Parts: sequence; C-alpha cells; structure tokens
Amino acid sequence: MAEIQDYISTPKYETFSYLPPMSPEELRRQIAYLINQGWNPGIEHVEPARASAYFWYMWKLPMFGEQSVDVVLSELEACHRAHPNHHVRLIGYDNYSQSQGTAFVVFRGR
Amino acid sequence: MAAKKYEAGVKEYRQTYWMPEYAPLDSDILACFKITPQAGVDREEAAAAVAAESSTGTWTTVWTDLLTDLDYYKGRAYRIEDVPGDDTCFYAFVAYPIDLFEEGSVVNVFTSLVGNVFGFKAIRALRLEDVRFPLHYVKTCGGPPHGIQVERDKLNKYGRPMLGCTIKPKLGLSAKNYGRAVYECLRGGLDFTKDDENVNSQPFMRWRDRFLFVADAIHTAEAETGERKGHYLNVTAPTAEDMLERAEFAKELDMPIVMHDFLTGGFTANTSLANWCRKNGVLLHIHRAMHAVLDRNPHHGIHFRVLTKALRLSGGDHLHSGTVVGKLEGDRNATLGWIDLMRESFIPEDRSRGIMFDQDWGSMPGVFPVASGGIHVWHMPALVSIFGDDSVLQFGGGTLGHPWGNAAGAAANRVALEACVKARNEGRELEREGKEILTNAAKDSPELKIAMETWKEIKFEFDTVDKLDVVNR
Repeated sequence: MAEIQDYISTPKYETFSYLPPMSPEELRRQIAYLINQGWNPGIEHVEPARASAYFWYMWKLPMFGEQSVDVVLSELEACHRAHPNHHVRLIGYDNYSQSQGTAFVVFRGR
Repeated sequence: MAAKKYEAGVKEYRQTYWMPEYAPLDSDILACFKITPQAGVDREEAAAAVAAESSTGTWTTVWTDLLTDLDYYKGRAYRIEDVPGDDTCFYAFVAYPIDLFEEGSVVNVFTSLVGNVFGFKAIRALRLEDVRFPLHYVKTCGGPPHGIQVERDKLNKYGRPMLGCTIKPKLGLSAKNYGRAVYECLRGGLDFTKDDENVNSQPFMRWRDRFLFVADAIHTAEAETGERKGHYLNVTAPTAEDMLERAEFAKELDMPIVMHDFLTGGFTANTSLANWCRKNGVLLHIHRAMHAVLDRNPHHGIHFRVLTKALRLSGGDHLHSGTVVGKLEGDRNATLGWIDLMRESFIPEDRSRGIMFDQDWGSMPGVFPVASGGIHVWHMPALVSIFGDDSVLQFGGGTLGHPWGNAAGAAANRVALEACVKARNEGRELEREGKEILTNAAKDSPELKIAMETWKEIKFEFDTVDKLDVVNR
C-alpha cells in the first residue's frame, strides 16, 4: 500500500480550479481568448462562505464590448483590492447563447 | 370533381409514386433511403415502392382509394442518386405531406417511415439515411426538457466540457458500496456519475436503496468541494408507471438528473418522461442501448443521425454520441455530423458528414453529446478538440481503474481536462501538442502522472465497419 497516495478533497471553484493559480501572463491569455470569442467580460465577487450561491455580487456592470485585456485585468485587480477576502471571478457573457461562455475564479478568497 | 373510375388490379408503383418533377414543400417531411433492390427491380420502381409502402399505398388498388384525395396524402419519390463507391444500392428521396403524421409524435412518424416497408420483398435491404423534419413539425414537439444553456446555468458549469463516469462493475454492487464509488468519483472532481444502462432494479440492488445512497454521496461531495454534482439515476423500468415513480423519488431526494434508455424503453415512454422532466425541473440523460442493432449495417436499418433527430424531438438533455477515439465504433466525420444535429439550431446539408438535408430546429433547445466508452486521460486532447465545450466526456475504467482509486482517477481526469481547455484557449493545437500539455500539467498533479503511466500504451485502432459512403470500398 505504500505506493498508494491518499486523496484529500478541498474546496474547488469550477473551471480551472484544479490547476495551480495562473500567472499574470497566463491570465492575460485567457482574457484575450474571452474577448476574441466575442463575449462581454463581467466580474463578480463573494464571501467564501456564500460561494455556492448562484448569484454573487456584481462588480460594477459587465464591460460590454470591452476589447482591452489591460482594462479587464485592472478591473479584476481593483475588485480584489476592494474585497481582498472575497472570491473574484471573471465571466464571459455570450449574448447569443444567452448564457456564459466561460466563468472562472481569478482570486481565491479566505 | 369525380374524374377517376375504379379499376381493380395491380398497378406499377411508379405510375403513382414516382414524381421526379415534384418540388418538395417547406412543410414536407423528407426522407433519404439507401435502397438495395432485388435483382431485376429497377430504381424508379423500387423508390416508388418505398414511397408507397411508407405512406398511403398497398400492393393493389382498392375502391376506398377513391374516397379520399390520395394525390394530397401520398408520399412521393422525387429524386434518385448514386451512392458514391457502391453500385449495389442507390439513394431515393421521398417527400411526405405533413398531414400524414400526428403532431408531436415521433412514434407516429417512425411507425410510417420505418414500418412495413423494411420487410418489403422487392428490396433486398433498406436503410433510412436521413430525415428532414420541417420547422412546422419541430414546433409540435416538446424537445429537450431543458437544453444546454439551462443545464449549464442550473449546474453552474461554464467554459469547459463536463466530466462523468459510469460506475463499474456494471452489475452486482450493493447500494451502499455503489454509493461509495459514486462519492469517491464526485469528490475527486467529476461533475457526474452514471448508472450503467442495465442497472435498473435487480435483486442485488433495488432502485430505491440505490437512489438513497447515491443522494447521500452527492450531497456530501457537494458540501466538500463546493461544486454542483449529479448522478444519472436510471429510471428505465418495466412499465411507464414504474419509470415515473422512480423519477418522482429522485426529485424528492433533490436529485438534479435522471436517465432513460430511449430505444429499449421506447419513444412513447421517453416522450412522457421528457415532459415529466420539463415539468419537474429534472435534467434527462439519454442512453442508446440497441442503437448499433439499428444503425451499424451500412445497407440496412436506421442511421444514427436519424435516431439523434428522433431523440431531440422526443426529448433528452444528454445523448450518447460515441467518442471517435475510444473502444466503440464511430467514424469521425459522421460523428461530427450528428453532434451538430444535437447541438446546433440550423445544420446545413453536408455530404462530407453524411447530412443529406438542411435541418432547421428553430428555437428547440440543444442536447449535450456524451462521449463515452473506453476513454482515458491520453484521449483528453483529442476529445476536447473534437467535441468542444458543449459535451460530456464520460469515463469508466478511465476513472475507476486508477491505481489510487476513484477520487484520484477523477482528479486526474479533471486536471487533464482543465489543462487542455486552458491550452486550447491559449491558441495551442491540442491534437499535436497533447503529450506536452498533459506532461506539463502532471508536474503539479501526481494523480495525473500515475494515470498517464497506467494507460500510456492503450489504443483502439480497429477499422470502422460503417464508414461514410464517400469512402466506402
């Protein structure tokens, strides 16, 4: 049995939460993908205890038509600075499918 | 206007049912049959016979024919085409007026189109290759209870395929041990687990016991991981009443999804269950046992793209599609064709994918294709590339066979998936760089590293029996 490792469950946050946190450069590439898909970036945040709720707090409004990776990144960081203990996630709203093309947690709260 | 006189006797079918000048109406149901006629039967007569026998005709004239407007109700063979690379058969296109069929009844359509005609003596073999359902008819059907977008919203899963695992061994586990296997998979990172299709309510594990332990497993795994989970509780049952009783109990337990076998269970039961699921907010996973009996022979039966359309009309939120890369049969282009038929709103005619007609689904929701059968982490780059985000990648041995158990196997699957999605989004070519992407991800995941070592050499390289006609021979 010595070669078998125990598996310990930990809280997860859906897409990309089984990978190590992204470096700033990796994050930029995911934001660029979201924009290139024609999706509208949006930011949400929440206290970790309330993370399982469908609706998190909206950070301002979705950034309709935003094409700048830098702007999206700076809003993510601004949200994180304002709510350092909250989860912060980035959403790509797909208005054609009327759903979210993607959503993933960028900053994990405490 | 009483212009016709009654004459008893046998007429050639072509006199009535072969109409090459006919321009199909937008509201017609169109069918493409691949006909292998008996020796000596010419193409027009065989095509006309198929049109007749699948609509209004019988082998002889009857006086009651003259009490109706047969010219309005008859099916019309309107085109014949060669099958590329196969001289033994040909394609016949038949148009059926919409009023031949009861509204919202997949059952009625198929009782006509694949009824007696398939045993007809003048043809040696017959295959229904494709059916065009006009939007007029689509609008009379309920379709998927929820569809892709609603399922994503309910389960809070975006930007990636979902992951599932079919619990093994297929038969023989007790309910509590079964619940253990489910719990381990879900806490490790899968979104779904699945009852095997032949798990119904056998003596070793009655359905109610299974549902209770599985519900506990799901609720526990959700609490631990903070993610939403589901298990396809198979409600396929000996009677429709039993089926609905099981579905009701799943709902009482707050289970998000149930499962049905649409071919062995039958279209009537399936449509009833889909309606129940829509009304009760429960997702519906559809398995396809018996499909290969119908769809594998290239000259006889019903092509899977037709069964796919039947299911989208009857209703289901998931449907097994084959994997292209795993242990089960499935030509790549043909598979791409029918997964489009599951998910898209409008699918244009595309002979390179075997699609013979434009198909317009209007606003009918889409169905998640489920890639299941003999797949493991090494297949992940190809699966993400072939299926894209709107799919369920369904493992079995590829999770449960991990040397460290189900939870580690599930984590390996999930890490591999997310690494592939991340790489794809970065613009990398998954099928070419797959090995490098997985190897890199395994640096942070001992579970993935062991999985890659365990399954490295497994490949499935048998030739496909049912190839698309463009490559036959």
